[in-house]
Amino acid sequence: MKLKELAFARSSDKGNHVDIGLFAYTEEGYRLIERQITAERVAAYFAPLGIGAVERYEVPTIWALKFVIRNALDGGASRSIRADNQGKTWSGALLRMEIEPRPCEKNER
Amino acid sequence: MGFYGDTFLPALEMIQKEAVDYICFEDLAELTLAILQKDRQRNPAEGYTKDLVPMLRACWKEARAKGIRLITNAGGLNPRGAAEAALAVARELGIEARVAVVEGDSVLERLEEFRPFPHMETGEPLPEEVRRRALFANVYLGARPIVEALKTGADLVITGRVADAALFLAPLVYEFDWSFDDLQRMAIGTAVGHLLECSSQVTGGNHGGRWAEIPDLDRIGFPIAEVSEDGTAIITKTPDTGGRVSFDTVREQLLYEIHDPRAYATPDVVLDFSQVRLAEVGPDRVQVSGVVGHPRPERYKALLGYEDGYMGQALIGYSWPDALKKAQATEAILRRQLERMRLPLQEIRAEYLGYNSLHGPLADPAQADQLNEVYLRLTVRTSDRRAAEQVSRVMVPLALGGPPTASGFIGFDRTRALLGIWPSLIDREPVDAGVRISVLEVRT
Repeated sequence: MKLKELAFARSSDKGNHVDIGLFAYTEEGYRLIERQITAERVAAYFAPLGIGAVERYEVPTIWALKFVIRNALDGGASRSIRADNQGKTWSGALLRMEIEPRPCEKNER
Repeated sequence: MGFYGDTFLPALEMIQKEAVDYICFEDLAELTLAILQKDRQRNPAEGYTKDLVPMLRACWKEARAKGIRLITNAGGLNPRGAAEAALAVARELGIEARVAVVEGDSVLERLEEFRPFPHMETGEPLPEEVRRRALFANVYLGARPIVEALKTGADLVITGRVADAALFLAPLVYEFDWSFDDLQRMAIGTAVGHLLECSSQVTGGNHGGRWAEIPDLDRIGFPIAEVSEDGTAIITKTPDTGGRVSFDTVREQLLYEIHDPRAYATPDVVLDFSQVRLAEVGPDRVQVSGVVGHPRPERYKALLGYEDGYMGQALIGYSWPDALKKAQATEAILRRQLERMRLPLQEIRAEYLGYNSLHGPLADPAQADQLNEVYLRLTVRTSDRRAAEQVSRVMVPLALGGPPTASGFIGFDRTRALLGIWPSLIDREPVDAGVRISVLEVRT
């Protein structure tokens, strides 16, 4: 299923970096995104947009992951010529990622 | 308010309902100073965010009567000019007024003192060719000078660049006589400021979750923090307004634009949100706790903005059938024409509004052939303003000389100056030595 079913997100710019907060609707959902939405996967997903390194941070008390995508905005919102110069819609792009609803089953069997 | 151009009507509502003791107006995004620099170049009396004047006209008299104090960074590049404009409003309204001005955040004229002004991330010294094109260079000051300004008894405090959250921390420090060494109180006070500084982004605006369920966005309320001396903090909003304050809206804003949630650096404290607790304690009421504070960074963050060329853009739309194919054919035509014109362009970019202008290569290609309509947005980057302007005009003849079904909405002549950003970390002492607080008054 799409990540959108399990979580919502908000993104924006800070200098040349895009900053995305990803928030699971439930604790169970958090466990799924915490396991599956890794920094490596996010880096590969956004690679076509021309990005640098991706960092991921976890805030489990609010079921949230934080992604910082470095050097993603052609020098920053004020010098970018993109329609989405601030990366405000990267949250939506992230929510289109596929997520496996029950990743534990294989391990348990 | 959360940015230059935001509405102040929800603030007026807050005053009318006597819901608060202080209102903070945050007006300066990273880009705003570039706009203000252009204003100041045209007229040295300007350089502040001009919506300060209508805001004060609407709010100030009643705020004063109710003892509500106003704090704003609307001063931008000219806090004193903003104060003069405020005093003119006070005379117009026939009220007494005491305005405190915080100056000293601008270091553009003093860059020599801060050499090599190294880039915050790469450590590279500020290149001479960037310095020559600098439009502004400002330090993010902390809450201390705002606290000093409040001590003068001013009912309006005007600053230039300060950390956004510092606008909100300052009245808490002043009212409760908190010590800047009390990291826990600095942490909760700054967290509260961070939650409030984008106005309605914490009351249900721009909400990524179940946004359609947020009630009455047409009359969305601005956020309010109720904070006690011991650091208990509740985020709420003006009573009987639209929007919502919930676990979802608060956690979404908490992580907004902060990078590492374990180490969000502000001039007054470094915040750690990794153990944060958010509890819904009533309708539209969320209690915030568990924010940890670490000692403030050794240096101030400063941001230098410099001229970095121009963007020219042009727009044209096509309808079904083959909307995308027509727009793509137009892109190819334009690229050939631009090449023939031999304009000094550094970058040409084509985006298709309605198809991939926002997500680019991540857009879903499945619907590409069935789109009802598509707009081609062609943008260029160039160091030559006239070249940028010419690009805006090349689209027009294509209405008759290109693919069929071009819309009447063509051209979109809006050349924009591009701005490079050079962030740096600089020593505090020489900055602090240059900070000045002055008081201007109108007596009736």
